[in-house]
Amino acid sequence: MAYSDKVLDHYTHPRNVGQMDKGSAEVGTGLVGAPECGDVMRLQIKVNPETQVIEDAKFKTFGCGSAIASSSLATEWVKGKTVEEAMQIKNTDIVKELSLPPVKIHCSVLAEDAIRAAIGDWKKKNGVQESSAAPMVATAH
Amino acid sequence: MSTVESLTTPRNGTSHGVHLPIYMDNHATTPMDPRVLDAMMPYFTKIFGNAASRNHSFGWEAEQAVEQAREQIAKLIGATAKEIIFTSGATESNNLAIKGIAEMYKERGNHIITQVTEHKAVLDTCKRLEKSGCRVTYLPVDAEGRIDMEDLKRAMEDKTILVSIMFANNEIGVIQPMEEIGKLCRERGVLFHTDAVQAVGKVPVDVNALNIDVLSLSGHKIYGPKGVGALYVRRRNPRVQISAQIDGGGHERGMRSGTLNVAGIVGLGKACEISREEMSVEAERLRKMRDRLQAKLESKLDHIHLNGTMEHHLPGNLNMSFVYVEGESLLMGINDIAVSSGSACTSATLEPSYVLKALGLGDDVAHSSIRFGLGRFNTEAEVDYVADKVIDVVQKLRELSPLYEMVKEGIDLTKIQWEAH
Repeated sequence: MAYSDKVLDHYTHPRNVGQMDKGSAEVGTGLVGAPECGDVMRLQIKVNPETQVIEDAKFKTFGCGSAIASSSLATEWVKGKTVEEAMQIKNTDIVKELSLPPVKIHCSVLAEDAIRAAIGDWKKKNGVQESSAAPMVATAH
Repeated sequence: MSTVESLTTPRNGTSHGVHLPIYMDNHATTPMDPRVLDAMMPYFTKIFGNAASRNHSFGWEAEQAVEQAREQIAKLIGATAKEIIFTSGATESNNLAIKGIAEMYKERGNHIITQVTEHKAVLDTCKRLEKSGCRVTYLPVDAEGRIDMEDLKRAMEDKTILVSIMFANNEIGVIQPMEEIGKLCRERGVLFHTDAVQAVGKVPVDVNALNIDVLSLSGHKIYGPKGVGALYVRRRNPRVQISAQIDGGGHERGMRSGTLNVAGIVGLGKACEISREEMSVEAERLRKMRDRLQAKLESKLDHIHLNGTMEHHLPGNLNMSFVYVEGESLLMGINDIAVSSGSACTSATLEPSYVLKALGLGDDVAHSSIRFGLGRFNTEAEVDYVADKVIDVVQKLRELSPLYEMVKEGIDLTKIQWEAH
């Protein structure tokens, strides 16, 4: 199986590997996938409570090279975006950027799920309505 | 930040005294032994006759070469030359054996017994027969990969005509209890076929000592050419009859029509001769290298799982799961080494290995498996290179693995509510 140069690059030099404090109110954590399916992604975002800008992102992934690349790319893309902007990232954008073949599309879907799960976790922690686009009320921390 | 730096570029050339890439996938196929090629060469251009031509020397010479190969093959498995039927390979041999027996013995019965870790050439042949009135029992295997003889006894009934159990498994290298199966089949008057593709030439096989009635073998697994195989069909005690599946000129005593692949057959014969002469020394050498590979991996890595019993095992096989690392991503990092994985991502069906699942392993362990297949041309230096590289890449991928991190933190992964997708 041939991998695209971008997949190889992310696999060889994964960006933003690591973990952040799950307990922090500024941090949202998304854990998606399942070991028996062959891929698990954990994506974390750190959000500035004033601006709602994602200032940092970290990931760890158990999965094939395309899954690693998809989640590595996702961390790069969410950084610097506001939470609402990050919600607009589509799996098809990831497929296009990494030139994923059809059998690897599920990797991009999982990465999109991971972004949404991390944002969802952060919103839940901070009392933001899931569908609300209104400015959040920062909780004391 | 962890990287898998410099590990992803396929390299051709030499490193640490080994030539890259390294081939360690000898259950898939083997390189041809140069001695086999030498034996074959004259049969392409000089001795090119049709072995069925009875009226001139071109035909006679070809026939003589074929008969010599028949002897060489028979000798390796304790058979006689007349019991060897040439085919295009083991897939055809398995099809011919199972379908041919089912058809020939349909008046006597319609029940076949096989087991779940067989090669698809056996399983899919049985599935097809189920559509035309046969009943097939698929025996389970235990966690070690072997069938339970009590299960086999229980499965046998009046209508049972055939037991088809592989000699050694192509993924996990586990050898089935051949002697016991053969003895039971003989007592019950049931024919015993074995797909012995992985065993012939690697471990001693004697069709009489083991009461094997029909046996499939292949050239390219034993350093011979691709596209040629054979079927052993017992002629005495009992005389086994098989309905031809390919009609035509009545070659191979009517069991398999088609002009003989003389050069390929010569190669198969030579490969069998070399294997017979060198088997004991080669098996010992492979076993030592396999043990060295296993010991090195076990000394540096935790959470690894050996798949299949090592007690009844092919000398050149090591099937290991590097838990919390997905197999395809591991293969990607060791891409100057040719091995196989049971990961779903490496299969056409996107399903993890059915063989590993049959052992009762979770899909997550199957996804993490690597099959190392050592062969005649591997060296100890290659084993050391492979061990070091695998250790390095597994460690790096585990730094990337949320599962490994969670386990290290003491989290029980089975208690987590994973979303299935």
